[in-house]
Amino acid sequence: MRTLKTRDAAVAVAMLALLAVAPVAIGGSRYMLSVLMNCAGLSLVAAGVWITFTIGRINICQAGFALIGAYTTAILMARYGVSYWIALPASALVAAALGALIGSFILKLRGIYFSMLTICLTEAIRLAFLNGGDFTQGSRGITGLQQPFATDSALPMYYLAVALLAVGLVVTWRVHDSRVGRIFHAMRLNEALAESFGTDVWRYRVVAFGIACALGGLGGSYFAVFTQSVYPQSFTVEHSIYYMLYCFLGGLDYVSGAMVGAFALTILFELLSRFQQYQTLVYGVMMIAVILLLPNGVMAIRAAARPSRA
Amino acid sequence: MSAPILEARSVTRRFGGLVANEDVSLALHAPAGQVVSVIGPNGAGKSTFFKMLSGYLKPSSGRVLLHGQDITGMPPHRIARLGLVRTFQETTIFPDLTALEHVSLAHQLHREATDIEVLLGAPRARGDEIRLGESAREILELMELSSSADTAARHLPQGLLRLLGIAMGLAARPQVLLLDEPYAGLNPEETQRAVAITRRIAASGVSVLLVEHDMKAVMAISDRIHVLHFGRKIAEGTPQEIRDDPKVIEAYLGQEDEELGL
Repeated sequence: MRTLKTRDAAVAVAMLALLAVAPVAIGGSRYMLSVLMNCAGLSLVAAGVWITFTIGRINICQAGFALIGAYTTAILMARYGVSYWIALPASALVAAALGALIGSFILKLRGIYFSMLTICLTEAIRLAFLNGGDFTQGSRGITGLQQPFATDSALPMYYLAVALLAVGLVVTWRVHDSRVGRIFHAMRLNEALAESFGTDVWRYRVVAFGIACALGGLGGSYFAVFTQSVYPQSFTVEHSIYYMLYCFLGGLDYVSGAMVGAFALTILFELLSRFQQYQTLVYGVMMIAVILLLPNGVMAIRAAARPSRA
Repeated sequence: MSAPILEARSVTRRFGGLVANEDVSLALHAPAGQVVSVIGPNGAGKSTFFKMLSGYLKPSSGRVLLHGQDITGMPPHRIARLGLVRTFQETTIFPDLTALEHVSLAHQLHREATDIEVLLGAPRARGDEIRLGESAREILELMELSSSADTAARHLPQGLLRLLGIAMGLAARPQVLLLDEPYAGLNPEETQRAVAITRRIAASGVSVLLVEHDMKAVMAISDRIHVLHFGRKIAEGTPQEIRDDPKVIEAYLGQEDEELGL
């Protein structure tokens, strides 16, 4: 267990360090910087899904909460002229509050029933924004969002992405590596036992989900100014599934798993662009191979080879 | 006379057409620290009764009162908070945590820091972990599990896991501890050790209510025994009274000799 934690922390710190110095190595390539910014944002959102896994739920509505975060930012900025630096935390809070509210009803469901409901929820959220009339501008979306930095350089937005990713990692780490995280773990393994020594399981589920949705909202807010627009279809069920896949492929036992998965899969997809129309096919085949060969994710790679000890 | 420590009043539980418990009443009176056993042949409804006392099942009718407070139908975590904690019949653990981690975690009700402080890693939370870790070590020592403190639960034998389950129950600092078949699957030597530990727990002021099949252990440790048969209570008394009660003997006739051990 100790080596798992050390490896986890080492990977997280290493990746953040690499991201911090990457612009030097990449030179001026806006394209590569934007790929990394995309990855960082996706990692942040996927970290929320990772947290939901720790309470034993497969969360396929994270795209909905990213959308809520994105629209909160867009509406606050475009309609009310609020500064991005207020809209950003507000988006996380709104997503968290709605997540806690909705979660208090749906988290009693488990397994496939919970997951099906989250798929419906993602769609419902999209439709809500589509039919939000003047407030959300429906299918036209909200465009022309100003980036918070008055400069041509991509670097400030890049470092904002890295900073937000760091925040997401710290939050996820603290949730996981604390008594609260151990209670989540206990609840997942044996709910009746956890209840017997006084754990209010319902409350902890809502707390976990609220935090997860906050990270989704935070990521959504970033994407809103990154792409400078929000549409009802900016985050769909398909995105939810990707976030989930990043967690699976990175490794559910590792806090850095969501980030590893997001970067690996996204960059892989970009690298496969040489295959043109076969890009998705090759991508799919590689994903299946990884799932079969590394069922505990990429992060577990050497642990699979070594025999396990006490 | 003050309210009984724990009281079940005419508790009934039906599952569709099956009546698991019918009109079962039981009272655990002061002073604290007594050991009361609930016995009966297989299928008598003992475990169902326990689940209703501890909040895992709602009675179809009847009341459960803890120190005079109505706890009928309350969820298990609230009942635990009020001072009644249950251990489990099945070997119930968190496989990858060590024995010490189990017992430390089970102190959940007794932390001083709020969850936010825990998440922030505040000093009060860190202080909690030290304090609760020490308490966990003390409990492990009481349960004679100190040598297993740093072993993962998946590597511990059945006998020690039972004691670990009781240790977790104690970590919640109950006034009433419900032990659901604590000696099941233990050999005679392990049973003797577990019985001695149970006596020590009761002596520390915790009232113990236990469901058991091992008659020797029940007779040795109980201050009072209640007998269930086909969901109804058929007798109540001291071990001697129960041993001589014709209704009880009749209920057990037809069971194999090993089970009787009277």
